[in-house]
Order: sequence, then structure tokens, then C-alpha cells
Amino acid sequence: MQALVQQLIYGIQLGSLYALIALGYTMVYGVLRLINFAHGDVYMVGAYVGFYACTKWLPFKDLTTNPSAGTANFAFAILALLLAMVLCAVLGTVIERFAYRPLRNGLQQADAHFWGIIAALPVALRFGPLLSPLGGGLFIVLAVTFGFALRPVMTWLRRRIVLSTSRLNALITAIGVSLLLENGGLLVFGADQKFIGNVVPETNWNLVGIQISSGQFTIFCISLVLMAGLRYIVLYTRRGKAMRAISHDIEAAKLMGIDTDRVISFTFALGAALAGAGGMMVATLTHVKVSPLFGLLPGLKAFVAAVLGGAGNIPGAVLGGLVMGIAEAFVAGSAYSTYKDAIAFCILILVLLVRPAGLLGKNVAEKV
Amino acid sequence: MRQTHRNIVVGAAMLSGILTFGGCKDPGTGGGTGSTGGAVSGGARPKSTASGNSVTGNEILVGEYASLTGGTATFGQGTHNGIQLAIDEANAAGGVNGKQIVLKTEDDASKPEQAQTVVTKLCTDDKVVAVLGEVASTRSMRGGSVCQKYGVPMITPSSTNPDVTTKTGDCVFRVCFTDDFQAAVAAHFAHDQGYKKVAVFKDIKNDYSVGFAKNFTDEFSKLGGSVTGEQTYQEGDTDFKAQLNTLKGQSPEAILVPGYYSEVGTIARQAKDVGLNVPLIGGDGWDSPQLIPGAGTALEGSFFTDHYFSVELDNPDTKKFIDAFKAKYNTNPDALSALGYDAAKLLVDALKRAKTLDGPGIKDAIASTKDLTGVTGKVTIDANGNARKSALVFQIKGPNFKVFKTYTPEQIGK
Amino acid sequence: MARWALTRLAGISATLAILYFISVFVGPRMQEYVLNVVILCGIYVVLAVSLNLINGITGQFSIGHAGFFAVGAYTGAAWSVLWLPRIIDLPFLKLGTFVGDATNLLIALVLGALAAGIAGFVVGLPSLRLRGDYLAIVTLGFGEVIRVLLLNTEAVGGARGMSGIPALVGSFHMELFWVLLLVMLVILVSRNLMRSVRGLTFLAVREDEIAADAMGVNTTKVKVTAFVIGSMFAGAAGVLYAHFFTGISPDAFDMNSSIIITTMVVLGGTGSITGSVVAAILLTALPEFLRFLKDYRMVIFSMTLIIMMLTRPQGIFGHREFSLRGLFRRKERRREGSAPV
Repeated sequence: MQALVQQLIYGIQLGSLYALIALGYTMVYGVLRLINFAHGDVYMVGAYVGFYACTKWLPFKDLTTNPSAGTANFAFAILALLLAMVLCAVLGTVIERFAYRPLRNGLQQADAHFWGIIAALPVALRFGPLLSPLGGGLFIVLAVTFGFALRPVMTWLRRRIVLSTSRLNALITAIGVSLLLENGGLLVFGADQKFIGNVVPETNWNLVGIQISSGQFTIFCISLVLMAGLRYIVLYTRRGKAMRAISHDIEAAKLMGIDTDRVISFTFALGAALAGAGGMMVATLTHVKVSPLFGLLPGLKAFVAAVLGGAGNIPGAVLGGLVMGIAEAFVAGSAYSTYKDAIAFCILILVLLVRPAGLLGKNVAEKV
Repeated sequence: MRQTHRNIVVGAAMLSGILTFGGCKDPGTGGGTGSTGGAVSGGARPKSTASGNSVTGNEILVGEYASLTGGTATFGQGTHNGIQLAIDEANAAGGVNGKQIVLKTEDDASKPEQAQTVVTKLCTDDKVVAVLGEVASTRSMRGGSVCQKYGVPMITPSSTNPDVTTKTGDCVFRVCFTDDFQAAVAAHFAHDQGYKKVAVFKDIKNDYSVGFAKNFTDEFSKLGGSVTGEQTYQEGDTDFKAQLNTLKGQSPEAILVPGYYSEVGTIARQAKDVGLNVPLIGGDGWDSPQLIPGAGTALEGSFFTDHYFSVELDNPDTKKFIDAFKAKYNTNPDALSALGYDAAKLLVDALKRAKTLDGPGIKDAIASTKDLTGVTGKVTIDANGNARKSALVFQIKGPNFKVFKTYTPEQIGK
Repeated sequence: MARWALTRLAGISATLAILYFISVFVGPRMQEYVLNVVILCGIYVVLAVSLNLINGITGQFSIGHAGFFAVGAYTGAAWSVLWLPRIIDLPFLKLGTFVGDATNLLIALVLGALAAGIAGFVVGLPSLRLRGDYLAIVTLGFGEVIRVLLLNTEAVGGARGMSGIPALVGSFHMELFWVLLLVMLVILVSRNLMRSVRGLTFLAVREDEIAADAMGVNTTKVKVTAFVIGSMFAGAAGVLYAHFFTGISPDAFDMNSSIIITTMVVLGGTGSITGSVVAAILLTALPEFLRFLKDYRMVIFSMTLIIMMLTRPQGIFGHREFSLRGLFRRKERRREGSAPV
């Protein structure tokens, strides 16, 4: 019995993390009907932000040598968490603006500057790192030149492109972005695995034979707080209302005067911030390796969780995450631990056969 | 309906056409199943009849295939750094008989079919005289069979699966020990420590880990111990608590975790979290400067078997290697870098000794390697192309690995 | 014999002869590395065109094609490595003299295709209830479940995979023959399907399922048929893959491979057979051509993908197909001064 309760607690802890990532998938799916494959990689970037904040950017002290630095480190850790959320939100917005929006609205002239920066990057890197005077200077010059050179190209393309409404296109673009973040991460962060040392004091609590570690408990609590915050935003703010309106009917929302592009950007930022927070917390508090493929497996499972709960449904994502986490913990703890990754999909397939739109999703009948 | 009938008739005609066609061809091939055919059963390895490539001009072209991108990019890049260092050092010391060695590295994106493609490219397009490569046994198998086909000698730095050298052929060698040897060392060690009940926690996705676990279980049972339980994880997992909690219920005296350092640190921490306070036992996959940062203090007192490679051993070569590596890459080398370095060193040594700088010449030179001092121990290549090396058992004390015991192949009975 | 059968037989023999000629005379003259890439391209063409049958022509949304690929590869390998050696010497069968390289491969192909076809049937069933993204995730899940099962089956080598599969090579360069044959077959089947009356029902399901249903199209049958045919070809491609590379392991059939195959279909233009062929060749060969970029290789590859999607959303070919006749007609029209279609 005790062992079962213990596994249940591990399952809930794991599930809360899946839920946190799944929220990003589900919100984006809600407004755009797009499976944002790159979401798991945003989670990865969050972990890297955590790593650099803990080792380079912020004056953390290692607790093994400085046991008294706990409180100061705690404050810094919260700062690092906020930093990860902000940077990931920016990343999410950039991805939406330059990869997904052109799919909906066509390429804009201003997009030229973004692609100019991208094109300038490898050229400038040939001559030195971006922080060196030569590399940096060259980068700025090239980025501006390329940007202006590409403006007419964008205009020309804009006239030529026949926008496609196919969801497959958006999916492939998302896959492209995901590959780009993974391989770009490999270039920028390096392939070596990074670990974050002890930055926050850690203890293990033993409650009547049930073990709870402070790190996992913190992740669980912060996830709850973030989810509550999200719920507040979605239900009680103007932006949240706009989000719900768009997910209900994007055309009607446009007619009602909602700036859909801005709200969609905001949705991406929200989801990415949650994923960033998740990545940062996991990297700092559970000390798992941080590598460019950090987000692959958690991302996939969170995605399954989102679909399980009903894609586009926010409480559904949380429920799906918890179901996945608990199922995985129980299978992992059983004699069939080798099948723990298969079980996620088996549950999903079974649930979808009974409820084709997920646990909480509404099965909207197609009208002719 | 007519359409269907037509299709069926034509389809049948087509099939019978192919069958007759196939039948005609059969006597010609005489059951030949290609160069890598499965006709291997104990003893001699298949011999390559191809002559490989020979050196032309003033440069010796050596190929390398590695997983520089994809799932195991970390291991590929680590190995590559070691190889590059050894080649650079050899060139700085005058190369091989005045000829410089040029390393041609190709990425296989951690995919077996790409490994086969790039090794084919290296052997036939670039015409390299020898190939170094791959960490993963599945990819070394693919690359090895290509090398065997063209008679180009190949040395794998760190593929430990016994099949890699026995199933491919006489062109394939390795500088690391095989799964069965290392696992036997771990089993003997566990036995010598007086452990009776050991649990196993393996990485199901990793061939190395699965083979290690299996061989350990066999050997440990032979020695009279019992494996109480077996749980699995997958490379990339971040939560191991559920499995560890189950293992805890079986109250083992030690846990074998034959994985890579990238997960071991987290596993050790979470083992402490679930209240599992027994030593962990591992293999050479643990050897990395990143092990302790990943594990914190959770691995204190745990053991792992490893190559004959330690700062403590007072081996000047090892110290020189670590310093040179640090100077070049600004990090400490891990076991994979050290093995990559040794593989390249073995090749350079063989190139110097080779009677002729072509496939058979280099192959014979590699095969006759005896007591070559590498940074991972003295290397002697046996009849199966494997390195016979002693193994060390380290204990983790604070931030250091302390040599705890040494096992020679004779002690284990291999 | 009716005349149509004779003409068709003649056509088939001529085709086979040409393929045989190519593989015997052109194959050996190619550089091994190029041949390797060509074979890989061929295998991916089969995979992409067969997925196009499901995603493009029938309008379903499958992103787990590597699962069928794996089922075929493992079944074929199991036949050649595990089952055949066991039954070949059974006295009452006396297969020993009968089963040679080509016959063995043909049996492996049939078995692999059948096994994958059954898997396709099983996966096709949920497609009766699921649509779009939900179907996609189920197929993706199927692929992953297959991979995990293979990882855990000791009989097929677990993580190590299977090796020592007899090669296609023999003493002739027959690998090219088999791959080209399968490529031709999958293209022919897709093309004939699209042009036949029955094929129209597939297209109808793609365009509007409810309307098709109302018009009396048995949508269930159409969808399941598409899945079965598509997965059978993927399975056959798997058999060739196993026998060409002589070894397989579960990591070759992961989610990434599925995604790459889906990408090929979309990039080429969903529904266009020509597009699938071109994109499959492009995406298989492109990373090879980009080798000179070293570290930047995969980054540039993913950027190309994004840029392609943004600048040509309908894919390289859109819905169009390449045909010689169409090419001539277009030229003539242009000469006459009317706008090209």
C-alpha cells in the first residue's frame, strides 16, 4: 500500500511537469489548430537558460563549498526562473512571427530583416565569434545589408505565393523549426552534456515512510502556481477572453475587432514561458543532463498528454498530463518497466477509440 | 469487375515472370550471400579478400565516421576530439615515415544507414587506407561490414558488443574491451565484495547497457550470487524514481547501473531521494569529468569498472594526454575521448610498422599489435581483433575516482 | 489469350529487361557510394509514394510510416535469418535446391508486405473514427509502440538489432533491380489508382468525406484499403532495406524517420506522385550534398525546409504530375500564345 501511494506521488509529480508543457501545446492548438512541434525544444532552451544563469550570468555560489549561501541562491534561482520564462516567451513569439505567421498571412516585407540576420550569421561566424569586434561588426553590417537586399524578394514572393490552408504545411514548418532549434542548439551550446550543481538547498522528507524530495516538491508547487496564473489569465483578462474567442471562431473574432495576430503571439509567449519555466526547474532542481535533445522525449509525452485530454482544452491538458504521469510511474515501477513509453501511446489509442476527441474535448460534428 | 480481373491476371503474370527470372539466376550466385554472410560460428573470423586502398602521394588519408549530430552527438564529438588530438600529435612528431596523416571525418547523424553510406564513401570515394569509428555497436557493425567488403582495416574505439569484431570479419578491430569481459569483471568484483543480492537497472535503448546487464547476470549467478530484480530506463529519461522505488522493495545490497554518465548522476541522486542507500556499480560508461557534477555527492562510495586509465596510476602518457586534451579543448577528457585517442594511436603505430601501406599490410600490422602503451592501458590485439586489457575498479571518493582493485583477463578466466 | 494480356505481358517483360539491364550494366559502373545513395533514395521514394497514397490521395493524416517500414524490415529479416535456415533442410519440403537468392528475397518481400499490410489494416481501423490530428497522433503512437516492442524482443536482437541478413548483392548488382522494380510498382499502382474509377472514390474521400459518403462511396473500405496498400509497400521497402544494409536495429525506425517521410510527401506536394518522388530523392540526397558544410549541415537542412514551406506552401509540384504529354502540350500552347495552365 505504501509503495502504491509512493508511486502515485511520483506519478503526480511527473504528471504536473507533463501538464505544464502540455498547456503550451494545447493553447496553440486551441487558437491555431497547429501542433507546435517546436514546443519541446523551447523547453530545452529554458533548461539552457537555467544552466547559463546558474553557472555564468548570475553570481550563484556552490552549496557544497558555501553552505550558507542558500538564501541568496534561492533569490537568484527565482530570478533565473523569471529570466528563463521571459527569454522563452520571446523565443516563442519570434517563432510564431517568422515561421507560422507567414503561413497564415504570407510573407511581409519586414520579414526580410529577420532572414537577413539569419543569413548573416554563418557568414559572420566564419570570420570570428559574434562577441569579437570583427565578427560582431561584420554581423551587424551583413545583417542590415542582407535585410534590405531581401526586401524586394519578399515583396515579389508575397505576390506569387498561393497560401495553403493545409494543416500539414503548418506541421512540416513546425518540424522544421524543431529541427532548427535542435541542430542550432548543437552548434550554439555544444554537444557536451551540461549539469547544474547544487544551487538550492535540498532535503528529503519522510512522511510515514513516504519519501518526498524538496526539489520535486518545488517543481510541483511552482507548476501549480503557474497553472493557476494561466487559468486566471485565460478566464479573467481581456487577452484571455480574446484567446478563447479566437479558439471558438477565428473569423468571427476578427470581425469583432480582435487583433488576432497579437493575441496569437501572446498565446505563443504564454505557452513558451510555461515550457521555459519547466525546463529551467527540471534542469536546476533534478540535475538531469542538459543537451540539445533535452526536450525531445518530454515534449513528445506532453504532446500525447495534450491530445489525451482533448487538444485545445486547457483543463484537459492538465488532466492528460496527470493521467500520463501516473500511468507511466505505475508501469515503470512494475515488472514491465521496459514498456513504459509504449504504455503512453496504448492509453492514448484506447482513449481515442472510445472518445475520439480526447477525455475532455468536444466532438464537434462536421457540417457540410 | 473487368478491371480487377485484368489486374489480377497481369499481377500473377508479373510474379511468375520474376520467379522464373529468379530461378534462372540462382545457379549463378551459388548461394553466395555477400561478403557479410552469417556463416560465422565460433573460431575464425571471415577473411576479406579485397585489397583495400593504398597510400598514394605524400599523405596518408585516414577516415573517421562519427555521430557528430543526432541522438548520440555527445559521444561522437567526444571520440572525435580524442582521435583528432592523436592524429595532430602524430603529425607534429613527423608523421609516419615522413608522410603526414590527414583525417577525413564524416558525420552519420547517429543513424545506422548513414554510417554505412559514409563508410562506403570513405572507402570508395575518398579511398582512405583505414577507418576509425563509431561508438554505437549497431553503427560499427554497419561500417565494419563495409570495411570488410573493401578490405579496409577499421578500428572501433568504443563499441563493446562482441559481434562487432566476430560477425564482420578480420578487418575490424577494437581498442576497448568487450561487454562480456567488463561485465565479468563487475560480477567478480561484486562477488569479491561479498554482495549476494544485486539489482540491475539498465538502459533498454542502449545495446551496451543491455549486453552488460545480461553478461553480468550470467556471470554473477555462476559465482553464486542472485540478481533480485531488473528494471529499465531509456536514454533521455529524466525521472527514474518509480523504477528505483520498486528496486528498493527488493532490498538489494548493490545496484548495477551499466549506463552512461549522462543518466547515472541523476539516477544516483534519485536513488537517494527514494531512500535507496546502497552502492551503485557501473562500467566504463561512467567515466567522465561530468559524472560528479551530475551526481553531486550521491555516488559517494560507489564503484565502477574501467579501462586502465587514471591520473593516479602515475602513467606519464595518461598525464600527458589529459594535459594536451585540456590545452586543446578546454575540458577534461572522458573515457570516450581517451578511447578515441588510443584507437588513433594504435592505427598510427600500425602504420609505422606496416610492411606495405595498403589494406592487408595495415591489417596485419594492427593484428600483430602487442603491448602498445595507450592511455587506457596496454593494448594487445587477440585473434578476434579485440584488445586484451586489464580492467580497474574505481571507487568514488569526493570528487575523485580512487583505484580500488585491478583485474587482469587471466583472473577472470577470459 | 486475349490481346490485352499479350500486350501487357510484352510490356512487363520489356520493363523487366530494361531494369535488369540497368542494374547489371549501369550499377557496377556507378561508384559504390553513389550506388548506396541511389538505393537509399529508391527506398525512400517507395516510402514517400506509398505514404502519399494514404495522406495525399486519400486525404488521411498518417505520420507513423516508419512503423510499417519496421514491420516489413523485421519480418523479411526474420524470414531470411531465423525461419528459412530452420525449414530449408526439412526432408519433406526439400527447399534447399529451390530457394535461391532471388526466390528467397521474393518470399521475404511477400511476407514483409503481408505483415505490414496486416499492421496497416489494424491501424486503418481507428481511422474510421478519428480525423486529422487525432489520427496523426495515433499513427505516430503506433510507430513508437512498434519500436518499443522491437527493443524488447530478444528474438530479434533487442537494441542490438539483427545482423547477418543475406545481402541482395550476390554476384550481380541485383540490388538496383529490386529497388527499381519496387519503385516502378508503387508508382504504377498509385497512378493507376488515381486514374481508375475506383481511384476517384479515394479522391472523393479526400475532398469531402461526408459528400462522398452521401454519394454512395464506401468510405470505410476506401480508407482501410489506402492504409493497407500504403503499408504493404512500406513493408516491402523495409524488406529491401534489411537485405541491402544486411543489418537492422530499432533506432533506424524511430519517430524521426516517420517525420522525414511525411515531410517528403508535403514538400513534394500532397497528392502528387511526381512530387513525392522528387522530394524523396531531394531529401535523401540533400544531406549528402551538404556534407561540405560540416557543422552547419543539419542547420541549413532545417532552414531549407522552413523556407520551402513558406515560399511554396503547395509543395514543389502542388497537385500536378509530371508527364511528357503535358510538357509538350504546354510548349505548343505557349507557341500559340495562349497562357499556360
